[in-house]
Amino acid sequence: MDVSTQNMDNKPFPGEVHPTAGGGILVTKLDEVINWARSNSLWPLVFGTSCCAIEMMSTAGAKYDWSRFGFEVARATPRQADVIIIAGTIVNKMAPVLKRLYDQMADPKYVIAMGACATSGGPFFYNTYSVVKGADHVIPVDVYVAGCPPRPEALLHALMTLQEKIRRGAS
Amino acid sequence: MNKEELKVRIEELFPSSVFEEGTEWTTVVIDPAGWEGFARGLRGAEGLELDYLFCVTAIDWKTHFTMVYHLTSTVCRHTVVVKVKLDHDRPVIRTVSDIWRTAEFHEREAFDLFGVVFTDHPDLRRLFMTDEWKGWPLRKDYEDPVNMIKL
Repeated sequence: MDVSTQNMDNKPFPGEVHPTAGGGILVTKLDEVINWARSNSLWPLVFGTSCCAIEMMSTAGAKYDWSRFGFEVARATPRQADVIIIAGTIVNKMAPVLKRLYDQMADPKYVIAMGACATSGGPFFYNTYSVVKGADHVIPVDVYVAGCPPRPEALLHALMTLQEKIRRGAS
Repeated sequence: MNKEELKVRIEELFPSSVFEEGTEWTTVVIDPAGWEGFARGLRGAEGLELDYLFCVTAIDWKTHFTMVYHLTSTVCRHTVVVKVKLDHDRPVIRTVSDIWRTAEFHEREAFDLFGVVFTDHPDLRRLFMTDEWKGWPLRKDYEDPVNMIKL
């Protein structure tokens, strides 16, 4: 089996495989292999606070199917999740809950701010007493997605952007 | 009963009732003083049997408040709306949580966001806002320089 075909979005496996009798020799950098593994099995946390969550569920469903890129194992516990997609409005009462969920996730962990509310407060930026004006006031965000709500394609693009970011960074 | 029949029946029971015209449902406007007796009448009277309170709303008109009660009958399948005008400085009305149990939470919400006080309510405290919250966020004159960016 050719290892280079394993990567789903046609990024070659970072390294060279030299077949030998009874196995093979792999020449690569450890950092790159770790990043390759991490970026291809990101488990999202089941977390949605409003209508963006509907689009997120649609992205998980058969038509858009984010499992093609390694996101299929949505976890209902932060202890087993790698990425939290903030799908919806964060209100002041939800902020400490979000912070706690983020703190409970094991490193390495990633955050996607999905949609206008999670990015900046969106339609609730003005004249609202209850909404946090951007989830980055509470936890650090890796990728922002525009839209209200963003289409599944946009979320997929954000997820793939996150994968790209992981591959480029130090492990 | 249809809209006209409801109107006739309510007028029969409460001759001083004032009706609003041009509405989807039969709409009665009453004073807060007569609200308890009126509510009991709507729930118990034969032919009305409005046993389900499905929505309680408060409206801030700046000069006064209006409480809006949407009632329906699970037996007769008709709907009646009751509007009660309240004073803006002292919005007080009797609770109907003993008549329709669901009002207990609905009235807590109206108290929480508009500061309407429901007398004899069994548990009138904040519902969505934190216990130490000051002010009534859905009032038109509400100001919150910390959390709100005015436009």
